[in-house]
Amino acid sequence: MREKHFGLGLFSLLVFVFLLGPLLIIFATSFEPGIVLQFPPDGFSFRWYEQIFKVEGFLRTFKTSIAISLLGNVFALLFGIPAAYALSRSSFRGKELINGLFLSPILIPGIVLGFTLMKYLIVVYHLPMYAGLLIGHTVIMLPFIVRVVASSLSTFDFAIEEAALSLGAGRMSAFFKVVLPNIRSGIIASMLIAFLESFNNIDISVYMTGPGVSTLPIEMLTYVENHFDPTIAAISVLLMVLTGVLMLVIERLMGLSQFTRR
Amino acid sequence: MKKSVLYGLLLPGLLFLGIFMVIPIVLTIGSTFYHDGTLTLSGYTHFFGDSYFNQILLTTVVVSLITTLLCLALGFPTAYYISRKTARSKGILLAIAIFPLLTSPIVRSFSWMIILGRKGLINDAIVGLGLSDKPLDILYTPTAIVIGLTHLFLPIMIISLVGVLENIDTDLVIAAQSLGASRMSAFVRIVFPLALPGIVIGAVLVFVGSLTAYTTPALLGGKQRVISTFLYQNAMTLNDWFLASVIAVIMIAITFIVVGLMNRAARQLNPKG
Repeated sequence: MREKHFGLGLFSLLVFVFLLGPLLIIFATSFEPGIVLQFPPDGFSFRWYEQIFKVEGFLRTFKTSIAISLLGNVFALLFGIPAAYALSRSSFRGKELINGLFLSPILIPGIVLGFTLMKYLIVVYHLPMYAGLLIGHTVIMLPFIVRVVASSLSTFDFAIEEAALSLGAGRMSAFFKVVLPNIRSGIIASMLIAFLESFNNIDISVYMTGPGVSTLPIEMLTYVENHFDPTIAAISVLLMVLTGVLMLVIERLMGLSQFTRR
Repeated sequence: MKKSVLYGLLLPGLLFLGIFMVIPIVLTIGSTFYHDGTLTLSGYTHFFGDSYFNQILLTTVVVSLITTLLCLALGFPTAYYISRKTARSKGILLAIAIFPLLTSPIVRSFSWMIILGRKGLINDAIVGLGLSDKPLDILYTPTAIVIGLTHLFLPIMIISLVGVLENIDTDLVIAAQSLGASRMSAFVRIVFPLALPGIVIGAVLVFVGSLTAYTTPALLGGKQRVISTFLYQNAMTLNDWFLASVIAVIMIAITFIVVGLMNRAARQLNPKG
């Protein structure tokens, strides 16, 4: 029994090295003191971290990305929480279909969704680029909000809400005073998951960039295509730190099982 | 819940998705059957009759299939190992597996550019060990795309498999072995059938994901086109929106067909229905 597990353990260890090794290599190369991106690095310095802040495009697009992801998050919550509540609270004909529609932005290939959004929102409806970005990001965040909030509601005992209603509370006040506080951590987790999804998005944003308009991932993509220096490694490390922190918060709030269903 | 309340809750979201997602997609699908003022299937006959387009489609499918098989081969033993751990170490190992999933695809593709490049780790090792006297071209080939995609989607495979494997009662395996089944036959006849729903779901998620991934092939594939980078190229660089729409519809069709088949298979494999 033991030997078998030893072999399995070794195999799994190698798989984890494959998964994490490349990220560790990025981490190491970000401290390169020279100008050539290489592993192992020639020494240790923070010069490429300083370099990030000297490239105007990175700071500007970082702000755009944050603004789009946060604002889109608010819209997705406004559409998503009522929908998740209605879908969890009642059964009606066509419920599966509507549930499927709310989750469908995950299923439709991002690069296709981005193309159709660009074609109609920007070119046919003549919306400004920022509006297109905001709408596109709201669309892709919506399924994550609906799914995580619905999963949070599935553990909520609606008898408590019934009790509030029978004691004279209105529908609105029962929802805001009884239901909402109970699913608060689920809502925050859904926001963070949706935020990561939007903040890292490329497939949609890649169609919605124009003069002066871009998101951080797109700026990074363009940079990588033209330069091969450790700046991107340094930004990558900062993004990984951000990811790690958000992941820790999500784990505390809802557990990581939220990621295990895609 | 009253009908009016129900509609009031669902309608804003439905209208939003209807206007900004469903209508653009439906119009895009419609536009592919209408060219030069007539109703036609020429977009599709042209696409499937062109050897260059077929080559791209074939490359994409082959790359996705190999990626799926690699993810299964690497993911299954790892998921099995994780599923046999105690709750605490399982949580930690799953967290480690999930972390790359949440990391930007640019970051992850970029790391493979460092590793696979002509002056990268792999080529340093190959030249250093004397396996080849000059660096190999790995980056910007389909091989690089397969490696990048496997790295991208392996966590999804592991997660899908841990989900089913942790629910398999180890006593079943022990019972089978104590009744004389070999380790191999206990695995093939007990663990594998019980894990099949997870295998199907994981494989479909990886396959569809690989088929439609953009960033990884864009960065690691170089001039090697796959269907998603080909769509982008036609939409944004060549401005051939008719062809781009045809490609978009083909991608949607493939995705829905594969996922639909998966749902049917998963229903049949799951005895609980």
